[in-house]
Amino acid sequence: MELLQRNYFELLGLPTQFEIDLTILDEHYRKLQSEVHPDRFVTASSNERMQSMQIATQVNEAYQTLKNNTARARYLLQLNGIETLEESNTAMPADFLMLQMEWREAIDDANAAKNVSALDALLIEIKQMAKALSLNLNHQFAENSYSQASESVRKLSFIDKISADINRAIEQLEN
Amino acid sequence: MALLQIAEPGMSAAPHQHKLAIGIDLGTTNSLVATVQSGMSTVLQDEHGHALLPSVVRYLEDGNIAIGHLAQAAQSADPKNTISSVKRFMGRGINDIPDTTHIPYKFRDTGAGMVQIETRAGIKSPVEISAEILRVLKDRAEKALGGELTGAVITVPAYFDDAQRQATKDAARLAGLNVLRLLNEPTAAAVAYGLDNASEGVYVIYDLGGGTFDVSILRLSKGVFEVLATNGDSSLGGDDFDHRIFCWILSEAELPPLNQEDTRLLLTKTREVKEWLSENYEAQITSVLSTGKIVNIKLTADKLVELTQTLVTKTLNPTRKALRDANLSIEEIKGVVLVGGATRMPQIRQAVAEFFKQEPLTNLDPDKVVALGAAIQANVLAGNRSDDDLLLLDVIPLSLGLETMGGLVERLIPRNATLPVARAQDFTTFKDGQTAMSIHVLQGERELVSDCRSLAKFELRGIPPMAAGAARIRVTFQVDADGLLSVTAREQSSGVEAEIVVKPSYGLSEDEITNMLKSSFEAAEQDKQARALRESIVDAERLIEAINAALAEDGHLLSADENFTIQAQVQALKTTIHDKNKDHIIQAIEILNHSTENFAGRRMDASVKKAFAGKNLNKLEL
Repeated sequence: MELLQRNYFELLGLPTQFEIDLTILDEHYRKLQSEVHPDRFVTASSNERMQSMQIATQVNEAYQTLKNNTARARYLLQLNGIETLEESNTAMPADFLMLQMEWREAIDDANAAKNVSALDALLIEIKQMAKALSLNLNHQFAENSYSQASESVRKLSFIDKISADINRAIEQLEN
Repeated sequence: MALLQIAEPGMSAAPHQHKLAIGIDLGTTNSLVATVQSGMSTVLQDEHGHALLPSVVRYLEDGNIAIGHLAQAAQSADPKNTISSVKRFMGRGINDIPDTTHIPYKFRDTGAGMVQIETRAGIKSPVEISAEILRVLKDRAEKALGGELTGAVITVPAYFDDAQRQATKDAARLAGLNVLRLLNEPTAAAVAYGLDNASEGVYVIYDLGGGTFDVSILRLSKGVFEVLATNGDSSLGGDDFDHRIFCWILSEAELPPLNQEDTRLLLTKTREVKEWLSENYEAQITSVLSTGKIVNIKLTADKLVELTQTLVTKTLNPTRKALRDANLSIEEIKGVVLVGGATRMPQIRQAVAEFFKQEPLTNLDPDKVVALGAAIQANVLAGNRSDDDLLLLDVIPLSLGLETMGGLVERLIPRNATLPVARAQDFTTFKDGQTAMSIHVLQGERELVSDCRSLAKFELRGIPPMAAGAARIRVTFQVDADGLLSVTAREQSSGVEAEIVVKPSYGLSEDEITNMLKSSFEAAEQDKQARALRESIVDAERLIEAINAALAEDGHLLSADENFTIQAQVQALKTTIHDKNKDHIIQAIEILNHSTENFAGRRMDASVKKAFAGKNLNKLEL
């Protein structure tokens, strides 16, 4: 099936680049799933049901990847043969390392004081940093600065993780 | 002169024939069946005009089985053999039932697996008991519609795990139903509601049934319903409110430990009281126990609220979690829909209104809305397509993970991932020449195996023997649109597909189901061979219909030769059906499936191209 050979951008009918129109992404996703989703093939042959499952799964994977800035950037780098090595690469610029430590301390303090609003405020601050990094990614990809883009992805990945930790902390305090 | 289209003999699969499909709400307290007739979704009634079928099954002394109102009436008289709320035991083990002291059934403690109940008709699985309920609804539908059913959509709580879903599907199989889809109850309600009101936006479905609580957040937009997040509690429902009242009566009336008849008697009373207090300020509880003791006390609506406040609060935690997972605040919620009989309680309505800072929407009958939505979807899935067809994008409610070293769970598929979803994980062997391995899959959000729900052990067999660590086994975990997991495994270097043996933790094995199927058939049809032949004929006829429909629509994608070959194989398959030779039928099915594999792929590519091409055409027209 030709559809399975395409990369995520091609599959969803978008140009293969970092900056994409999220509204069009949503529109194309819904259109595509309307055609390939297993619900369309419930009474079809087992071949069609199997292929529908495969492609619909792929479409979901593609959509989730392209919808999220960090994932989209990571994927685009992969397409260009660059692995971001987020697990093993801990080399970060000193100022970001400082920020990481400050945030971790702030979370610990807020947790100890059972201060949910402090955690909420921290989340907002971190989200703003993520937004700025995403804007950087736009430039970095436009200029093909892949190593810089890679570093942005590593930072964003850390931010995603710490945001999840904060959300979990808020949840525990709320319960 | 108009050109007439004449189909080639054998090619018209009567594509315009309306397919008979039903939607079934298999509820904890009541079950319903609905269907779409003349474009309208309607609930089917029994010969007495009842739409609701109480989910109660009674095994009688004479060997017969009573289901519904008659069974319910005998609950107090025959509590051990009259099973109600069996949904609470589907896919559950004996340790999942919190308090068996007030439940009159005799549970068989097998130590592991799904719970079983000892009745006078023998040991029954919740799957068998549920199948009885489904059978009644199937008969009701076939009588009302006067024909064979293409299939049924059966609803399940959104928060049901894999074992509970599989048990539901197995029950349908025992009842002789072709399951088109397992549909989540809140999603079904959204379908009925959304279509009824042509609403668009983000909605919350708050569904409190007899035994389960679901909260789902959906985005409704033209043609597509997308579940953003779902959460809930699969053992929290109206029954628990009854239980609180029951305990209060025991203490207020200073009753000694009750026998099973009196327990059932009072539990039935508590439900009536609860419903009464939804509309009235106080209720007089009067009962005569089997011991002759008279219970005569008064319960006020305010006291009921006090007794059950913690249950109401319990529903708000999953609600908060769902909002967080969907990354939404209450301001972004356009409306809150209440589903399930228990939402008739004023304290529920109040709590929901307070939480969401808006009045919940209640204009659809909370008892019927799920069945109505299921019927609408069944109509679409069976093949009665139209321009307003909906696409339902649902999610997996609980994360799936694997057991790894040290009793930890490694998360593989996150909760609220849109279905269908798949993940691949690579494994290798420990010993030289190792040909098998076992993978333990669990559901849940915690990190320790002991805190998660064991789903099944998947045994991989037939791995080509290699040096330890040399094998690269890619295991693919696929969750389908029903929310059910299937596992495939392939050794990458050799390309050998491993054989998978599934050992469900709380489910029935294939053998157990086959035995149940055997024992449920009429004496005349007990012949295993006859049944196998009939099943293969049904499969063959379905395939022929599907291929003919495909050829009618997309035959132009094939070359004349390919077209000819396929049609010849269809003809060959028809001949094997006529000859009633099971092995030949199965062989012919195999051949036809194999030769149309390519065709299927081309159809998929073509329909996608068409979908996107349409967009460009519109631009040109401007």
